[in-house]
Amino acid sequence: MIPAHSRRKDKYTPRSVPEEKLATSAMIASLDAEGREAISAPFGHALVDMAKTREDIVGLSADLSKYTDLHVFAEAHPDRFYQMGMAEALLMSAAAGLAREGFVPFATTYAVFAARRAYDFIAMAIAEENLPVKICCALPGLTTGYGPSHQATEDLAIMRGMPNLTVIDPCDAVEIDQATRVIADTPGPVYMRLLRGKVPNVLGEYGYRFELGKAKVIRDGTDVLFISSGFMTMRALDAAVALAADGVSCAVLHSPTIKPLDAETIVAEAQKGGRLVVTAENHSITGGLGEAVAGALMRAGAHVPFRQIALPDEFLDAGALPTLHDQYGLSVSSITARVKNWLEG
Amino acid sequence: METQTGRTGDNVSLPRRAWSIRRHALRMGEVQGQGYIGQALGVADVLAVSYFHAMTYCAHDPEWEGRDRFYLSIGHYAIALYAALIEAGILPEDEIETYGMDDSRMPMSGMAAYTPGMEITGGSLGHGLGIAVGAALGLKRKKNPAFVYNMLSDGELGEGSTWEAVMSAVQWKLDNLIAVVDFNNQQADGPTREALATAPGTEAAKWAAFGWYAQEVDGNDLDAVVAAFDAARNHPDPCPRVIICNTLMCKGVPFLETRDKTHFIRVEADEWAKALAHLDEEMPQ
Repeated sequence: MIPAHSRRKDKYTPRSVPEEKLATSAMIASLDAEGREAISAPFGHALVDMAKTREDIVGLSADLSKYTDLHVFAEAHPDRFYQMGMAEALLMSAAAGLAREGFVPFATTYAVFAARRAYDFIAMAIAEENLPVKICCALPGLTTGYGPSHQATEDLAIMRGMPNLTVIDPCDAVEIDQATRVIADTPGPVYMRLLRGKVPNVLGEYGYRFELGKAKVIRDGTDVLFISSGFMTMRALDAAVALAADGVSCAVLHSPTIKPLDAETIVAEAQKGGRLVVTAENHSITGGLGEAVAGALMRAGAHVPFRQIALPDEFLDAGALPTLHDQYGLSVSSITARVKNWLEG
Repeated sequence: METQTGRTGDNVSLPRRAWSIRRHALRMGEVQGQGYIGQALGVADVLAVSYFHAMTYCAHDPEWEGRDRFYLSIGHYAIALYAALIEAGILPEDEIETYGMDDSRMPMSGMAAYTPGMEITGGSLGHGLGIAVGAALGLKRKKNPAFVYNMLSDGELGEGSTWEAVMSAVQWKLDNLIAVVDFNNQQADGPTREALATAPGTEAAKWAAFGWYAQEVDGNDLDAVVAAFDAARNHPDPCPRVIICNTLMCKGVPFLETRDKTHFIRVEADEWAKALAHLDEEMPQ
């Protein structure tokens, strides 16, 4: 018997067409629509810049260079770009082979395909031998309305389980630019989530600098401590502004390195008493930043009030991204409502 | 740098090298009382040709940049490759006694981090050829004329990832890539030909249809294997090369050759010495 939720087609009730149509294919529309400055293809341009002085950098994609911003690199360095075709196992294996021969391969695809389809190849060909392959993947978490085939809601949980692998969930264009340069200089394998296309610049105004393995306080506050990664840091910052108007003071601790987690900073901040700790991630509630933080706090004996903002442990709906972010609790209004509720509770 | 290859000539014959590889493998099997000896005995001739006719390498510097790369996908064939590496002087013979033991450099499944001369970590099947594609691309980038050999098994032809690599190697015109398939028609649950529709005699045609220079040989006929490796190395077209080697599991030890074939041949405790004694009676020149 197929569970009812899988049979959406049986439960359809026609809705009126809204006046302002939301495009399903606007993959980062909601991030773009906040009136912030946006930077185009930060990953691709950073890689091109690095490659000017680094002959060992090569790029590979499994038929998704245009959708991971690697095409910028491919256009600048056609002889250093390898199109591996729609073949993710090969993508990872061949990247491992190039790394064995002394190159630093950047391999790109969508997060779903790297995490779900190519896991064994990342594990055995790359991570087990600690090879410097940089796996950079677009459409992390809920950043597309295409439904579960494209929504990598559990990629961090999967990748956190892999020994030797550094896992990064950058926030914005500034951080993607910086992190791309840092991981090119860092030994060993890396999995990095990408925002692509026009990516907002959020952290620039805070004078932020990405450091591998470091969580940083972006904004201080006395009532709530958000611990966040990825674009949820921009949502947490916006929520902090909104909550301040209601007299709630929120700090935002941005933790882009999911593994190795900066447990020291996280525990120290959480133990500055009197604050509700709220993790915020663009990922399933299972196995991502929130549970990593919870584990770090428990191991340190830091018993603090703790809440998680994350996606539910479900295959998510298709639809327009802003609608889905509201529906699944990643929007600013959803965050502020829950935080107020928790503080009152 | 002193490099080593059968082509530069030494006085030891290929039959003798193959015999020694079988003998080293049997001694390792005796140490553990188990091992994938059927595969090792079957593929010994192909390994002898690889290490004492075809490949260039430097025994005292297994990571020498100019070496031909030998990628063993099939981790459980480690016992066979250790035997070849010992015969080649890359591993010392006295380490045979440590085979499969705690802290040994020769674990039961081949891993790059453990063993000099073991280039990749095998064992999860269907990985080797894809890694070989990347390495072959890397060598071309460096204008390094070395070959990449990937030894894979007939069972690995069932892995989709193998065929991803097959297509890519043609796309990239990897004439520095030589795949060597040990076709012994035996995988874990039974005959390979009863698993994923593969009829005798169709293998080379399958690879050729993808654009490879494909040969199929009796992998226990040393002269035929030598000729196939020479043809693979010297083929003029800009395409990858494959040699399908039909081998007989347990080749060289008649009482094991005729035993019911399984993936993991059972050998009784007293049979290791018997097998070694049989080999010793038939030592080639």
